[in-house]
Amino acid sequence: MSEMPAAARPIRRRVITEEVHEGPARASAYVCEAASCMSAQAHDITVRLGELVGEAGLSDVVVKRVGCLGLCAAGPLVQIPQTGQLFERVRPDAVAPIVQTLKKLKPTDKPKPQVPFFAKQVRSATENFGLVDPESLDDYVERGGYEALRRALSEMTSAEVRDEITRSGLRGRGGAGYPTGLKWTTVAKAQGSPKYVICNADEGDPGAFMDRSVLESDPYRVLEGMAIAAFAVHASEGYIYCRAEYPLAVARLRTAIRNAQRAGFLGQAIAETAFSFDVQVRLGAGAFVCGEETALIASVEGRRGTPRPRPPYPAVSGLWGRPTLINNVETFANVPTILRRGPEWYAEIGHGKSRGTKVFALAGRIVNTGLVEVPMGMTLREIVFDIGGGIIGGRPFKAVQTGGPSGGCIPAQLLDMPVDYESLIEVGSFIGSGGLIVMDDTSCMVDVARYFQDFCRDESCGKCTPCRVGTTQMYMLLDQITRGTATLDDLATLERLAGIVQKTALCGLGQGAPNPIFSTLRYFRDEYMAHIVDRVCPAGVCTIEPVEVTA
Amino acid sequence: MPIPYKKPAAPNDDKRWKIVETRMRRLGDRPQALIEALHAAQEAFGFLDTDALEYVGDTLGVPHSRVYGVATFYSFFTLKPQGEHTCVVCTGTACYINGAREILAGLDRALQVKPKETTADGKVSVLTARCLGACSLAPAVIVDGVAMGKVTAGELVAQLEAM
Repeated sequence: MSEMPAAARPIRRRVITEEVHEGPARASAYVCEAASCMSAQAHDITVRLGELVGEAGLSDVVVKRVGCLGLCAAGPLVQIPQTGQLFERVRPDAVAPIVQTLKKLKPTDKPKPQVPFFAKQVRSATENFGLVDPESLDDYVERGGYEALRRALSEMTSAEVRDEITRSGLRGRGGAGYPTGLKWTTVAKAQGSPKYVICNADEGDPGAFMDRSVLESDPYRVLEGMAIAAFAVHASEGYIYCRAEYPLAVARLRTAIRNAQRAGFLGQAIAETAFSFDVQVRLGAGAFVCGEETALIASVEGRRGTPRPRPPYPAVSGLWGRPTLINNVETFANVPTILRRGPEWYAEIGHGKSRGTKVFALAGRIVNTGLVEVPMGMTLREIVFDIGGGIIGGRPFKAVQTGGPSGGCIPAQLLDMPVDYESLIEVGSFIGSGGLIVMDDTSCMVDVARYFQDFCRDESCGKCTPCRVGTTQMYMLLDQITRGTATLDDLATLERLAGIVQKTALCGLGQGAPNPIFSTLRYFRDEYMAHIVDRVCPAGVCTIEPVEVTA
Repeated sequence: MPIPYKKPAAPNDDKRWKIVETRMRRLGDRPQALIEALHAAQEAFGFLDTDALEYVGDTLGVPHSRVYGVATFYSFFTLKPQGEHTCVVCTGTACYINGAREILAGLDRALQVKPKETTADGKVSVLTARCLGACSLAPAVIVDGVAMGKVTAGELVAQLEAM
């Protein structure tokens, strides 16, 4: 993919009428300029609104671009923050009603009650979404940005910072759920210098776009989280490894790094203290396996992204053999909020051993596709039906797929289960990075398993045999099942092989590759049987080959 | 006697090599800059030819075999020139269950072109992406850098044929 999406083009200066008035604005229009809305000409809306507001002489009205407003399904979105009113599916040539609303808005107008999509969310990593201009450092600071870093640097020791993160109960939001405080402590105590902090923004799971949204909507938050982490583990250099498929996120991140360096929040002597820390962006190049931490390190070093056996863990021997802290975008994005609002606030939210909130990307056959942040432990039903608005066209719900190619499919009978790390593993799935793909009766579960195996086969780096050979063989068996040419023996072979790959593969990609097979077999074995024995695809997706009649 | 290191010259006087050279120099001309340098070369030229691979390898002190290994390992890099227009079809899960397969089948039927191929007249290259992260637009397609959402095969073929 050599072409960059439209969003990669340089972003014109924001249209703002702020300069004309004194004091806070009477009314504002916030235009969502995250990737999804941008691809529907959201920037033209900002420009047009700015022009019309100027022509109408509304000097006390602000028009600004903001990060993701969340409800991507109804984009492009414009919000009036004073009342919370949301304009959906706005077209650049039809913004007059918004200008009318801005004209009429009175300071006494009360906010309207929120729709369930917004009302049920609890925001930590996404607290600034739709409120700040993603590229404006002033906006971020105004919303409490860099308070946490200042406090950490001036009032706390590194050990105290680590202690607060430990007490908050924050766990790795990339999917594995390793306790963040524990990881930080390991790196802090490891021998060797310099130490590195790496932000894993190689969001490879298909159907997941949480990290992209965070980087596009609030990039300073990630930089602040990384700086706090660097202080806590005594690191001085950082890297953000970001997918090249996210040009808008990369552009905003680079702008944010430049602005933070100028303002003294990155570089030498941060916030007038002795602490120094700088960050560079490294682009991925389309290899899913680079989300695995040792493969990611190899890629940052400019090599092929192949994983290596652990231990030693990167916390002890990582980038260039030095102790390295690797956390996911969302994990870092939670850090400033935790330090500012206190670890107890964060630890109070959640369920069981999973504390705090989790950002999910809702996609698939769901009405409200978009980005949500909910408390850990919310039931799947609440997420899919209350927040997500249910299935498109009122069709029957079949399954929700979580955790990407290493995850599983959760059937309708488990809709009332809480969504957290442990509960999902119990039902044979995996929280993963947070993509929730909803499927209705038009999806064939064998075909879905085949799709993920095709993905793993293609993305396998080829270093270890179980993954390189196993994923291909599993794919071929699944392909035979979907074509109606498999036997029950083939199904037994598939199950045996899946067990072997799970136990023997080198890294998470191979170990997780059989998961979609196991989970679809566990809940949808009848569909496999229909393909093999009755030679029909119940969902009508697979093309079953006609039987050859012999003599 | 050690041979003094001499920075290799660009393969020809095309000004775009300057961009590649600058990106490598900023990262200290060290082997770790390999992927960044390949990105720069591909951005400048649209694909990576043998000249580009050799120049980058020689500048950074990376053996040609390893440069080739890295360039072919990562699916983002392409060693073949692209058609006049590119059409990237997202095959992420959300797009897949919403009809990405039909789009690819439609392109194959109408234009006789499969993923990673260019039409016989050199007009359109079809690529697939693992996931563009634009799942709310599913199925999503990027034509010449412009993202389009909720695409049908018929519309897409009509648009590509009109170009």
